[in-house]
Amino acid sequence: MTKELKTKSHLEKVLSLGHFAVTGELGPPRHAKASDVEDKVSHLLGNVDSVNITDNQTAVVRMSSLSASVLAQRKGLEANMQMVCRDRNRIAMQSDILGAAALGINNLLILSGDHQSFGDHPQAKNVYDLDSINLIRTLKNMRDEGRLMSGQELPEDGRPRLFIGAAYNPFADPEDYRVIRAAKKVKAGADFMQSQCIYDMDRFRNFMSRAVDMGLTEKTYFLAGVTPLKSLGMAKYMKNNVPGITMPDFYIERLKGVPKDKQAEEGIKIACEQIEEFKEMKGISGVHLMLVEWEHMVPVIVKAAKLIPRPNV
Amino acid sequence: MIIAERKPIDEIKTFVKGKEKILLVACRGCVTVCNAGGTKEAGILASLLRLDAAKEGVPLKVDELTLERQCDPEYIFELSPSMGEKYDAILSMACSIGPQFIASAYPNEKVYPVLNTCFLGGALAHGVWAERCQACGNCIIHKFGGLCPISRCSKSLLNGPCGGSAGGKCEVSKEIDCVWQLIVEKVTSDGTMDEFLSLELVKDWRTSRDGGPRKIAREELLK
Ligand code: SF4
Ligand code: SF4
Repeated sequence: MTKELKTKSHLEKVLSLGHFAVTGELGPPRHAKASDVEDKVSHLLGNVDSVNITDNQTAVVRMSSLSASVLAQRKGLEANMQMVCRDRNRIAMQSDILGAAALGINNLLILSGDHQSFGDHPQAKNVYDLDSINLIRTLKNMRDEGRLMSGQELPEDGRPRLFIGAAYNPFADPEDYRVIRAAKKVKAGADFMQSQCIYDMDRFRNFMSRAVDMGLTEKTYFLAGVTPLKSLGMAKYMKNNVPGITMPDFYIERLKGVPKDKQAEEGIKIACEQIEEFKEMKGISGVHLMLVEWEHMVPVIVKAAKLIPRPNV
Repeated sequence: MIIAERKPIDEIKTFVKGKEKILLVACRGCVTVCNAGGTKEAGILASLLRLDAAKEGVPLKVDELTLERQCDPEYIFELSPSMGEKYDAILSMACSIGPQFIASAYPNEKVYPVLNTCFLGGALAHGVWAERCQACGNCIIHKFGGLCPISRCSKSLLNGPCGGSAGGKCEVSKEIDCVWQLIVEKVTSDGTMDEFLSLELVKDWRTSRDGGPRKIAREELLK
């Protein structure tokens, strides 16, 4: 699916040329030290096409996604700056979009955001002025129609040329509705979509075949989310404690079958098997590797899954 | 109705500390219905306070009185005969509108709120109340199968459910139903899913608290 490019995004170029894209994820630090971001970038550079920079993920205060995105790009790694609807109203979000574009950000990924009760400031007031679908539409109008929500016009050369990202989660409920919600994001203007971590491959296959049938993958690039299991403990934790993630028992059994010090290796092996399947899966344009606080394993997994060298486009 | 619950007794004790004569003012409105601030609850609180004072060996006279409503000056002024008593504190057991109205009608009195005013809602079962409205000032529930996403979704999403909805419960707590699960079920069973899908509402929050404190003046009643 070759398309006319909408932005200067490297990720968009990789996808439009039909390469199997690889994106990474980087969580900014809980302090102001730039070198922390740069160290993480060093593990990802050359191994992914662009990297998601999370926006106060799990509602914990961290360096802002815009700042960390700029730091990553200074080191040569393109950022997919994330923006959640939890902390800003429509004034602040549109303002940050303009600022991000002015600072050379090419990709903006929009999410509802985890509720603040999960984080380190549960006392905070939440905002949710717009939801993610409204914000996707807002950004698309800013870029393509040159208008703010207010109707205020943006000059032709002052529009935020951002490649619009969104998330999809086939594993949340109601199951049948998840593909419809993804369709709403496609309709609102998402150019690429990354999924929540996938473990339940059956449910994912079903979801994707419906997405393909509905023509969604013709309009938007779908990337499959991968987080290798570090240990049996992590698999159990995800099964029981993370809303919106389903964990099949056979992975738990499989990890049980190997000694503790070999479980991480087994987790990587499982992830590689998944990636092999995604490479062949209809409608999937790439993988999104989420190894937050495990960034140094990215080089290992991209090598094992034969995802490098990354295309130089 | 307005749902409220009584403050913890220890907090109420700090209100009466050092006072010798107080008046508890109950309300026959919403707070009677939700068993928080009616005549019966005022009686219970008065006994608790008297017992506590006796235990501490301090003098405390607690008078009780119930007004029809405390959100209407007409009833508030029924307190006037009691004001001759020179109370050290007046404790209103109405929703938090009551103590504000009493304080403004009797500026020299020290007025305290006994209840925490919690939300607009209704009773799910005897002794259980749940939030159903946030008074956004522009009701849109008919577009959502009769359910309110503003007050019942933890993120007030108009295009939900978010990725945290699992097993019919909200990501915030297993105690909270995900209203978006209910909305999707409702529009599916109604057969109105198709029109529902084209919705991409953006809320205009001006009619809500975000537009500043609100006031309604009805011309025809202003004579
Ligand atoms: S839409 Fe607004 S007015 Fe209607 S129930 Fe919800 S919060 Fe209340
Ligand atoms: S889980 Fe449901 S109720 Fe909770 S925030 Fe998400 S959509 Fe709203």
